[in-house]
Amino acid sequence: MLRIDNLHATVAGKAILKGLSLPMNAGEVHAIMGPNGAGKSTLGYVLGGRPGYEVTAGSVTFEGRDLLAMAADERSAAGLFLGFQYPVEIPGVSNVQFLRTALNAQRRARGEAELSAGDFLRLAKTQGEALGVSMDMLKREVNVGFSGGEKKRGEMVQMGIIAPRLAVLDETDSGLDIDALRVVADGINRIMRAPDKAVLLITHYQRLLDLVVPDFVHVLADGRIVRSGGPELALELEREGYGAIAA
Amino acid sequence: MSVRSLPSRKEEAWRYSDVEATARLWPVAARFHQVGPGETLVHEIVLDADNDAIEDHEVAIGAGGRADFRVLVAGSGFGRVFVKARLAEAAHFELAGAIVGGGRQIGEIITRVGHEAPGGTSRQIVRAVLAGRATGNYLGKVAVARDAQRSDGSQSVKAMLVESGATANLKPELEIYADDVKCAHGASIGALDADALFYLASRGIGAAEAKALLLRGFVAEAFAGIADEAARERIGALGDAAVARIL
Repeated sequence: MLRIDNLHATVAGKAILKGLSLPMNAGEVHAIMGPNGAGKSTLGYVLGGRPGYEVTAGSVTFEGRDLLAMAADERSAAGLFLGFQYPVEIPGVSNVQFLRTALNAQRRARGEAELSAGDFLRLAKTQGEALGVSMDMLKREVNVGFSGGEKKRGEMVQMGIIAPRLAVLDETDSGLDIDALRVVADGINRIMRAPDKAVLLITHYQRLLDLVVPDFVHVLADGRIVRSGGPELALELEREGYGAIAA
Repeated sequence: MSVRSLPSRKEEAWRYSDVEATARLWPVAARFHQVGPGETLVHEIVLDADNDAIEDHEVAIGAGGRADFRVLVAGSGFGRVFVKARLAEAAHFELAGAIVGGGRQIGEIITRVGHEAPGGTSRQIVRAVLAGRATGNYLGKVAVARDAQRSDGSQSVKAMLVESGATANLKPELEIYADDVKCAHGASIGALDADALFYLASRGIGAAEAKALLLRGFVAEAFAGIADEAARERIGALGDAAVARIL
């Protein structure tokens, strides 16, 4: 599904990713863990196509297509979803308006018919309810005045509505209390645990991985993957720290 | 009804105005509104036609009365709305205003709010979206008389410059002679937020649609406080159409 080969990237002229390679198949959940400054968020933004994150070498292929040649909105229409560590506030624009515009833009890009207002509202209601997000909240402005937990649940509602093939979730667990973490983890499992989908979880902590159990765990240090293993690697990291593993 | 002589740019309230267009429209008759004690006036002014236009209003609000002015300045030439409000005891004045301009348009909202007796409140929110070489002006003065204790006047004014040739002149002003008052005022001028644009792109919304969505949302902030949903949606739709015209 996703093949990252020897990826090098710079931000403001500074090299952050220095030869990162990662193959991911459909049906798999991969976790990337690593200390601050290792390049975890940069990887997410490079995959999402954020301006200012420059790829200087390497390639990324997503379902046979050159991901790096696509604009951010095209990547989304192709089935990539980037979950934000800090979801952005959009004053004056409601979640409903935002998500309907997004979903229909994607459907147009894929040559599909747009969803009617009624059909969209039914979909939004169903996905919202599954994550404890009411229709009232969906009518409010995007992320404005939302708590950290509400923002992350909102991201999961977006993911449920957009129904991507690949989710790259950047510290979706940060800022969540234990109950909210469980709700978000259930959302990831329900929406993305399927034979034709895949998830790349970027996280600092083991606690999310107790709830969304990865098939593979990778340790990112200084812009490269320095070790890969199964779920037990995350436990080892938790016990021994990044210093011992990444050295 | 008094008709005054042709103003010049030397006067503060006309400093950024289009004096040539004003000369063609002069004289402009002021319209007087009297709001009785405890009564409510709602007045909507929409300048979105192809002609130049100046509207001059004065409203005297009786004790416990309320006047709501909703203003959209989005014509293709010069548009100016002047509102002078005088507040008796515990009266309320509300201005929800938007200026949308492109090309060489000049749009302005000029207010003079006089708190003349105790306990009056006023709230002004103005949003301006300016493209091309357009100019948007808000010059608003809140004056609190010596015995108008416990007055509360707020001004929130923001402009978004879509292109580098556009200009905004925002000047919220206070003149306070009483000592027990609350008067909040703020003005900011900015450009579209790169984080918000990327957030929308990451959900599949193309650049042009993302820009339009953000600008419509920005204008919608001006009208968000209108409780009457039908009225809010009607003027909001006119604002949306005005944004679409300048992009």
